Amino acid sequence: MANAVTEAPRGAPPRGSAQKRRKRRNTLIGWSFILPNFVGFALFTLVPVIAAFALAFLEWDSYSAPEWVGLDNFAEMLEDENFRVALGNTLYYAAGHIPLTLMAALGLAIVLNGKLRGVGFFRTAAFFPYVTSLVAVAVVWRMLFNPTAGPVNQFLAAVGFSDLPTWLSSTDWAMPAVIVTSVWRDMGYYMVLYLAGLQSIPEEYYEAARMDGANAWHRFWHITLPSLRPTTFFVLVMLTIQSFKILDLIVVMTDGGPGRSTLVLAQLVYREGIVEGHFGYSSAIALVLFVIVLSVTVVQFRLNERRNR
Amino acid sequence: MTALRTAPEPTARPVGPPPATKPRERGSRFVRPVATYTALIVVAALVLVPFAWMVSSSLKRDNEVLTVPIQWIPEEFRWSNFVEIWDRIPLATYLGNSAFLALTITLLQLLTGSFAAYGFAKVKFPGRDALFVAYIATIAVPWQAYMVPQYIMMQNAGLTNTYWSIILLQAFGAFGVFLMRQYYTTIPDELCEAARMDGLTEYGIYWRIILPLSKPALASLALLTFVNTWNDYMGPFIYLTSNELWTVQLGIRSFVGQYDAEFAMIMTGAVVSVLPILVVFLLGQRYFIRGIATSGLKG
Repeated sequence: MANAVTEAPRGAPPRGSAQKRRKRRNTLIGWSFILPNFVGFALFTLVPVIAAFALAFLEWDSYSAPEWVGLDNFAEMLEDENFRVALGNTLYYAAGHIPLTLMAALGLAIVLNGKLRGVGFFRTAAFFPYVTSLVAVAVVWRMLFNPTAGPVNQFLAAVGFSDLPTWLSSTDWAMPAVIVTSVWRDMGYYMVLYLAGLQSIPEEYYEAARMDGANAWHRFWHITLPSLRPTTFFVLVMLTIQSFKILDLIVVMTDGGPGRSTLVLAQLVYREGIVEGHFGYSSAIALVLFVIVLSVTVVQFRLNERRNR
Repeated sequence: MTALRTAPEPTARPVGPPPATKPRERGSRFVRPVATYTALIVVAALVLVPFAWMVSSSLKRDNEVLTVPIQWIPEEFRWSNFVEIWDRIPLATYLGNSAFLALTITLLQLLTGSFAAYGFAKVKFPGRDALFVAYIATIAVPWQAYMVPQYIMMQNAGLTNTYWSIILLQAFGAFGVFLMRQYYTTIPDELCEAARMDGLTEYGIYWRIILPLSKPALASLALLTFVNTWNDYMGPFIYLTSNELWTVQLGIRSFVGQYDAEFAMIMTGAVVSVLPILVVFLLGQRYFIRGIATSGLKG
């Protein structure tokens, strides 16, 4: 702004070229800042992302030359039972992981939102599972879910259940066990987001509601939840993306087993692409995975817009 | 309990709101904290039980780990597990490898990320915003969708089974640029403008003004990147095949695969792999939380 003042008396024509020169200089300076990161980013992220789309339409195995086959890979998918099982399992995982994590995170945030002494310790404790290494989480929970002497089944027996599930060695119960583990791990992360949301609700709202005789449930339902809508929307989007791309926990905890009962889409991409070397086919599965995530996110955006109107 | 507390209110209200709320508050001052603390303790127990079990098991004999009923406090504390584990697996090598990778990647991410973010936040030039959109768009694409092309590239470059593959793939992530840019935009432009008037170059402004002001964001990015790389499983799992290159995550996982009945030793390894993260986390937890809040909600 100050520059413009000093430049003005020099007259119009030089000012135009000076502006052009400054623009060019800014472009150079801007790029010089971005370039060191951009070279790495373009080579190792941007190019692979674009390549992933192209590969989906190629027939390319590690031992043969790539060949354009149009939609053949997608046709192959329809026949592939592994794909159908993996898609079903991924949906199952998401259907469990998304709502349970959301509720656990919101519950944690509400309990830990107070200004009581020592609440900081509890927040730290609730967040810690999220930063704990996955391998540690997986090996601990594998033992917690031990069918005969694991703490989970001992607890269930103590409160009166009989005919206890065998968890990770059962095709029916392996996925619930994975879901429980992942909810436990992730809830602290989303709790942080909810805490930020809760702290932005003005205290006056609650005071006014108390004056009007609203009980705690009413206050939660009519003040807390509506005020948290932007947070909930964001949490839902993040959780959806996270759920559909689940890979590492499954690889470490069950490796897709027993049988194919916890095989998920991202793991099929890994197996087909990196283990088997079916580059084209695996990229087609990856594309389907991406399209699912994208469409769920778009739908959530639409719903959120409509509600905000 | 809440219904009990609020029940008298409707009848009391007409008399006069201010005095009517008093007795209720006195009651709640006593009941409220008790209820909240009870909830807190239940929650903490649920969250912490797996950790308690991990630590307690790491101090037992193998045959004492899975017992009925559970023995929460070991009969005899076997601290020797923590000595033996170093001989059972090359744990020192694994920890060193993990530390090397995590530190290198964190440093590169900090340098290039904070530098690029200045270009995106404080220098105006045509095409800048389109470029930033490209960065953001890749954050939305799950890594699982492009891990295969990355692998093909690394294989062709002959970089599989070297640290280069992991470092190159993780050091230039879009996330660091995004987080730093979000923070820079909260620093007023007038500050840069004033520095320009004083004759500072853009690089000078970045180095002397913006960087010192963004220490909290740098700390957040450093901690998040460090923990993510330390805990990363899939990257090393895909790219590192030689045992001497393994990170602590791969080392522990392989130990579990080979000796799945050595329950206590497995838990000892798990504790050792988590300890560095616990220290880093406790030292910098407020930066963690802030990092998540800024990268998440202000996006």
